[in-house]
Amino acid sequence: MAKKVALMQGNEACAHGAMYAGCTFFGGYPITPSTEVAEVLSNELPKVGGKFIQMEDEIAAMASVLGASLTGAKVLTATSGPGVSLKQELIGYACIAEIPCVIINVMRGGPSTGMPTGPGQSDVQQAKWGTHGDHATIALVPASVQEIFTETVRAFNLAEKYRMPVQVLYDEIVGHMRERIEFPEPGELEIINRTLPTVPPEQYKPYDTSFGDVPPLAAFGSGYRFHVTGLNKAQDGFPTTKAEYVDAEERRQVRKVEGEVARAQIELNEEYLTEDAEVLIFAYGSTSRSARYAVNELRKEGIKAGLFRPLTLWPFPEKRISALGKQVKAIIVPEMNLGQMNLEVERVVKGSCPVISIGRVDGEPLNPGQIIAQVKEVK
Amino acid sequence: MAYDYEKSLRPGKLPHIWCPGCGHGIVMKGLLRAMDTCGLEKNNTALVSGIGCASRLPGYVDMCTLHTAHGRAAAFATGVKMARPEMNVIVMGGDGDGTAIGGNHFIHACRRNIDMTYVIMNNFIYGMTGGQFSPCTPTGDKASTTPYGNPDPTFDISKLAIGAGATFVARTTAFHATQIDKLIAEGIKHKGMAIIEVLDDCPTTYGRRNKFRSVVDMMKRLKDIAVPVTAAGKMTAEQLEGKILTGVLYKEDKPEYCEQYAKVIARAKGAK
Ligand SMILES: Cc1ncc(C[n+]2csc(CCOP(=O)(O)OP(=O)(O)O)c2C)c(N)n1
Ligand code: SF4
Ligand SMILES: [Mg+2]
Repeated sequence: MAKKVALMQGNEACAHGAMYAGCTFFGGYPITPSTEVAEVLSNELPKVGGKFIQMEDEIAAMASVLGASLTGAKVLTATSGPGVSLKQELIGYACIAEIPCVIINVMRGGPSTGMPTGPGQSDVQQAKWGTHGDHATIALVPASVQEIFTETVRAFNLAEKYRMPVQVLYDEIVGHMRERIEFPEPGELEIINRTLPTVPPEQYKPYDTSFGDVPPLAAFGSGYRFHVTGLNKAQDGFPTTKAEYVDAEERRQVRKVEGEVARAQIELNEEYLTEDAEVLIFAYGSTSRSARYAVNELRKEGIKAGLFRPLTLWPFPEKRISALGKQVKAIIVPEMNLGQMNLEVERVVKGSCPVISIGRVDGEPLNPGQIIAQVKEVK
Repeated sequence: MAYDYEKSLRPGKLPHIWCPGCGHGIVMKGLLRAMDTCGLEKNNTALVSGIGCASRLPGYVDMCTLHTAHGRAAAFATGVKMARPEMNVIVMGGDGDGTAIGGNHFIHACRRNIDMTYVIMNNFIYGMTGGQFSPCTPTGDKASTTPYGNPDPTFDISKLAIGAGATFVARTTAFHATQIDKLIAEGIKHKGMAIIEVLDDCPTTYGRRNKFRSVVDMMKRLKDIAVPVTAAGKMTAEQLEGKILTGVLYKEDKPEYCEQYAKVIARAKGAK
């Protein structure tokens, strides 16, 4: 049977990806350029008995999805820079209390109100460091309409599997661009749901590490009573200031994502002509589309350029970038910001090759010509 | 026979963090009695709070408890209730938590008329952080950040709730302990947003700065300023000066939010 095909916008694909993943609750607040995600879900969710609520602001939207998630719902919120800034408080809450949720950030220019209808990629470090305190981060950066669908599904899977917030960041260009999309059949993509407790209620502890670094999460209303707090807590979920408990919990919450085994399951990259590359372009989101075009043009001229495109931006693909840093003469990092991920590339290659940032913040996409010119300069 | 509170409390979680003489414990006992009266099932009741001394209350109670972030309780609770309308949802918190940082969530939860009971413990001060003035600190009073007297006008929480659309609004004080559970129970039974404001006391950070020599003095004041709303009709404006009305201040039947959303679902599924 032929697959269902459509021409649709990135934001619409995100909403449909969420439905495919089994999302049953959306809480949001309107903001350009993300609003279509909410609009589509306000239409789709009630059809399957799901819930859509437009809250009074982005903080409330984030709070509502966390409350809903604790009852067992698979939850989503969508916004853009100004809204993500407001959500930071409760993104931290979701980290420490370990509540699965997906946050879509359709990036525009910034800071502040910035350029509501212009694209940007300037929230990529905020995704990692926006909320206070040490915590693990998972952030995905799709680059096409099709990929927004599949990465939204993956975001739900990771949120449920690792019991934490997962952010999906794409810029206004892919958010509003219309492209052909092929819908996966039901069952074609893997769907992961959170692990529920198997112990009887009286033995249940919400942060019981005897089940590993990601303890099972019971749902409110399902017969399990437990306490959830944003204070540092012990395995039983109750607040503590005991150094050894606090330390163990903090470290576990970072390890559950940054540990070797977890990384292998979370990281996802695409490499294009990197095997023999002498100059590497590190690019993500819509900028990677310009970068791929640039690589093809450069190859025609005999210049050995290659593209490394992360789909998982955080945790950062440290091992592979470190290895490539030793292989190539230079790494070029084009981004629609004034140089953010280049700092991470630099940190990881530890001086084994120069890292050159190309930044653009004028609301125009980074074009292949800019990248080609920069590669030729280092050759 | 003494009332058995233990059956509703989590074993091993006492002593609580509250100071001797703090009114929050009186309100907690009222809540436990109300839960009993209404026959609330522990497994099917979510107790949600923000941050503050008042908001530490859920940690002691044997229910599904959610201690959120400062001011955000009503918004978390909205998510819980929307996602699982069959659960009873109760919000507990302080005056600062609910009317300053959480003021926006408070009024919108009232406006939606979502079925929950919000008990707001008004001790006129930010207790937990050491006694800075809150939107409920009386004008002229002393707080750690109003050393020359509070220049700010005060919120009337109950009026705010009525204006914002809550369909059950009641007020009492920590002195009127037996009224607390009655009003909370009425609020729980009410379908829609029920706000129960309990004026209580913070001897540690408010009382001592405002010339209350003892907790007894503070309780006496609560007793003196309270006028049952049923009696107020017969009193002159002069007699009502400086008083606060207690009892059920407002009650109305209006469509409840989750029921309204159930109709949205029915329409989306093709019902006419
Ligand atoms: C975002 C944020 N801002 C400030 C604080 C500090 N803070 C903790 S409790 C509190 C005031 C609580 O006052 P109230 O809600 O009246 O409760 P009470 O302690 O009086 O019972 C404040 C300002 C915080 N925890 N979080
Ligand atoms: S500081 Fe005030 S509000 Fe807090 S526990 Fe002590 S008396 Fe109660
Ligand atoms: Mg207070």
